[in-house]
Amino acid sequence: MAAVPMTSGLIVAAVLFSLGLLGVLVRRNIIFILMSIEVMLNAAGLAFVVAGARWGGMDGQIMFLFILAMAAAEVSVGLTLVIQLYHRLGTVDADAASMLRG
Amino acid sequence: MATTFYTAAVIAIAATALAIFQKNVVHGLLYLIVSLLAVALMFLALGAPFVAALEVIIYAGAIMVLFVFVMMLLNLGPPAVDQERRWLPRRTWIGPLVLTLVLLVELIVVLASPGPMIARSMGDPRQVGIVLFGPYVLGVELASMLLLSGLIGAYHLGRWEPERS
Repeated sequence: MAAVPMTSGLIVAAVLFSLGLLGVLVRRNIIFILMSIEVMLNAAGLAFVVAGARWGGMDGQIMFLFILAMAAAEVSVGLTLVIQLYHRLGTVDADAASMLRG
Repeated sequence: MATTFYTAAVIAIAATALAIFQKNVVHGLLYLIVSLLAVALMFLALGAPFVAALEVIIYAGAIMVLFVFVMMLLNLGPPAVDQERRWLPRRTWIGPLVLTLVLLVELIVVLASPGPMIARSMGDPRQVGIVLFGPYVLGVELASMLLLSGLIGAYHLGRWEPERS
């Protein structure tokens, strides 16, 4: 697709990824950390689709489907861990879970 | 088409930044849904309608519903109703509403434009499916195993064991 150059698409993906990484590093609420991870995975998928559109192949879209399946599995296990953390510690602060065998 | 892409990109970046720096989880989820819808429109502008539909259905649909469901599970009891009332005042809806309206106008403009952009796309669902179950069939098997392990893991971790807490 010549209408949208690949560079601008990749720059948008990079900005979205950086925002997700910033959220993971800054926020201590574990639900916001999971949301930021979703943003980062989504940005990676956007980069795949932009690169696939550059060469006109299907491979970028296929990779996005795999990222989608992986994100679904990750978010189900992650949210289950959030529920367990809240039941055991009574908070959603990621720093509260600082002990193994807690 | 480039205008559509850049407008959706600006909306996606703004909504993501607003989502990450909200104090409230529900407000952040609202902005994150807008961000995912904007990314879906970017996919449509890039000529990937199948992936755009999947983005709306699975990301903005299923995964965000999981988040909202967990938020409901974590806030049990009568105080949750008052909390909900305090969490969603009218002005909370203004930001996502404006961004979503811009997206809707953009989508209408794209659909009403005379040039058929789907025809020039880089792959309809049929072609994507042929490639997915052709050279990438091993990846499909691996994805199914990953989803099964995610299901078993979520079931195992989700059991509530009061004697150990």
